[in-house]
Amino acid sequence: MFSYYIKLALVSMRKTPGLVALMVLAIGLGIGAAMTTVTVNYLMGTNPIPHKGDELFAVQLDNWDPNEPHSEPNLPPDQVTYTDAMNLIKSAPAFRQTAQSRTGQVIELNSEQGKDLKPYLATARTNYADFFPMFDVPFIYGSGWSKEEDKNESLVAVLSKETNEKLFGGENSVGKTFIFGSKVMQVVGVLDTWQPLPKFYDLTTGAFDEPEALYVPFTVQVANEWGRSGNTNCWKPVEGTGYQGFIQSECVWIQLWAELPNEDAKQEYKSFIDNYVKDQKILGRFPRPLNNHLNSVPQWLEVQKVVANDAQILMWLSALFLLVCLLNTIGLMLAKFIGKSGEIGLRRAVGASKQSIFNQHLMESCCVGLLGGIFGLLLTWLGLKGIQGLYSNLNASLMQLDLKMAIGSVVLAVVATILAGLYPTIMASRVLPATQLKSQ
Amino acid sequence: MRDFLPILKIIRKQKTAPILLALQMAVTLMVIVNAAFIITDRNRLMERSSGLDEDNMFYISSTAYEEDYALENNLKNDLKMIRSTHGIINATPINAIPLSGGGWSMGLSTKPGSNNDGAGTAIYMVDEHAIDALGVNLIAGEFFTQADIQFRTRGNDKWPPVVVITKALAKELFPDDYNAALGETVYINDNDPMMVKGIIETLQAPWNGWSGVERSSLIPTPLLFKSVTYMIRTEKGQRDSLMAEIEEKMAKTPGRFIRRVRDMSEVRERSYSFHSATNTVLLSVIIALTIVTGLGIVGQASFSVNKRRKQIGTRRALGASKGQIARYFMLENAVITSFGVALGLAASIGLNMVLVETFSLPKLPWHYLLTGSVVLFILGQLAVAYPAQRASAVSPAIATRSA
Repeated sequence: MFSYYIKLALVSMRKTPGLVALMVLAIGLGIGAAMTTVTVNYLMGTNPIPHKGDELFAVQLDNWDPNEPHSEPNLPPDQVTYTDAMNLIKSAPAFRQTAQSRTGQVIELNSEQGKDLKPYLATARTNYADFFPMFDVPFIYGSGWSKEEDKNESLVAVLSKETNEKLFGGENSVGKTFIFGSKVMQVVGVLDTWQPLPKFYDLTTGAFDEPEALYVPFTVQVANEWGRSGNTNCWKPVEGTGYQGFIQSECVWIQLWAELPNEDAKQEYKSFIDNYVKDQKILGRFPRPLNNHLNSVPQWLEVQKVVANDAQILMWLSALFLLVCLLNTIGLMLAKFIGKSGEIGLRRAVGASKQSIFNQHLMESCCVGLLGGIFGLLLTWLGLKGIQGLYSNLNASLMQLDLKMAIGSVVLAVVATILAGLYPTIMASRVLPATQLKSQ
Repeated sequence: MRDFLPILKIIRKQKTAPILLALQMAVTLMVIVNAAFIITDRNRLMERSSGLDEDNMFYISSTAYEEDYALENNLKNDLKMIRSTHGIINATPINAIPLSGGGWSMGLSTKPGSNNDGAGTAIYMVDEHAIDALGVNLIAGEFFTQADIQFRTRGNDKWPPVVVITKALAKELFPDDYNAALGETVYINDNDPMMVKGIIETLQAPWNGWSGVERSSLIPTPLLFKSVTYMIRTEKGQRDSLMAEIEEKMAKTPGRFIRRVRDMSEVRERSYSFHSATNTVLLSVIIALTIVTGLGIVGQASFSVNKRRKQIGTRRALGASKGQIARYFMLENAVITSFGVALGLAASIGLNMVLVETFSLPKLPWHYLLTGSVVLFILGQLAVAYPAQRASAVSPAIATRSA
């Protein structure tokens, strides 16, 4: 019976190629527009480290201005001060913990190796040893540095795959040295390709930016008084002078993350930081009411509004566009099925049941939907290519069509078309044989 | 117009198809009107003047990597070399590039102390040549002279005694009369006084999305850091060749490398690339939507014509002219469009309210609604014209046939 319905559907579609083409075009365009924008939104908001979604926390402390919050509605700043980062790194009860910033310095090779390489400016992420295991950072050679090396301000570095390619031709460079910010640094590890999107561990410098070229201990940045290439926010002027004056100020410029493997650990950490802030209040800091936050990765992406407004607006407009296309399809389908009333009447008269008329037309909707879905898939692919070209400064990885989205497109098209075809199908199955035959 | 009542009667009887078409028109209107409004709003943002002579400007940045690199000497040599190059109008050292997205902001207020509501401003640290090098227009007071210039080194956070501000910043500080700012003392970093020496017409901040983008201050303290940037203005038509020439000359200084050479047209393009990309997508949505709706009308109208061939033939046989038949279908479409537009107007306002609320977009001006409605009427009439013409071609003889 199934193949018979398919045959009927194909016969019927061939009778009105213009109408079918219009329906396929409408569904295809609607699906194409909707899936293109949904893909971008979906990839923008995806948690890049799902298996640790409830274990990694961005720490927020509210050391802000007593007269106004850092941002509405009463949110603490997205980064912390040097004083707080150091105090918490030293004594907070976290399974793993890292403070991080960035610094831009000139990279050179030692005179004997650096034959062809011109010095260039590179941005390093400065962090703690825990960073690498916390965020499951993959290595090809070597590993991260140790906590001892954090403490000793050791001149060690982990290179990104690209930087290792540039400096050492991609070979195992563990143990080799290079110059960064006029200091001789020793390579302890080289990363494999690693590009979490969004770059959840530091959203302050662009959620979809490339990861940094290399990683060096945060303590090395401070010991050498290297500048920050990130955002710095201050609610009151720096009181002291020079670098020391700055790091003792109430300016926030450090991202603090903690890995807390279970609810108990989270509660313990939370009460620690709450007590810490209460103690600091006695010292005259933290003038605002207690307002510390621990944000899991999905929460952090939400709070920091990672999905761009434009992307959301485009998605909603595309959804409305799809709606227009479906209304269009209902209208066309209705026209088509009602146009077939005579034929339906005849089939009913020679013994087809209401049910089989219904099935037959449902199958026809299905076929139209499938064609529309395939066309829509093609348009989605083209749409994503087009968006890649338009938003050239946005990461192209946000515009990849994965299998899930591809299947989703076709399924959405078929389901939407069946829904659109439902009313016309019911109308078709209700055709009374007698009236149709009479008028012939 | 005689057909008006019969049309209403038929719409009442058939209901579904006309309702679907009207709904489709309504959603189309809602999307088109809002998308068009977002596009023009973005265009308005992109058309604001930066105050610079953009077509003839570029910047070049270099970074020194040698420990004993002579910062001050090299800066002076660079500027002398650039300014004496044929075809260059002038050049200034600068700490940030307008529209580039990266820069320095501070608060200025008219009273000292930390409890004042200040006005946020972008800070550009330049020398006395900046007025020509940027091509900005001084509207009151004077610009810096060589005597005002003090180099700012790393770790030194002293503010100079004079400042030149934009008209927009002056207005923010002295709302009654921006000219009153001239000669007044304003405070930076809570307590450091600076006297307003001059006011310039326009100079945008580095951040195009900031509500205070028109508020900028020029400060006569060029940075003496390892990384330097020069903003350079050339004679008309000479920018591209001079970019290469200056880069080549600067690259000769040992101990540093050239980080970037970029013209201001590219800076602007990059600055607004997101906006223009979104506009292109929105425009595609509008076009595709118009096509889908138009073709949908053609398809449905053709079918309704086909279905009513016998009826049409009968009317023709009873004396209706071709024009009357065509007009009937045109009018039918106009009536359905009217319902759609009425519904669509309400929906457009609703959608705009959601966008205002959720994405803080501006409010939709009424003339968009008017234009959108007219466009939709024209679209409907154009789309129905062909089926209507086909209807008018139905032969009266058909009435006499049995099927």
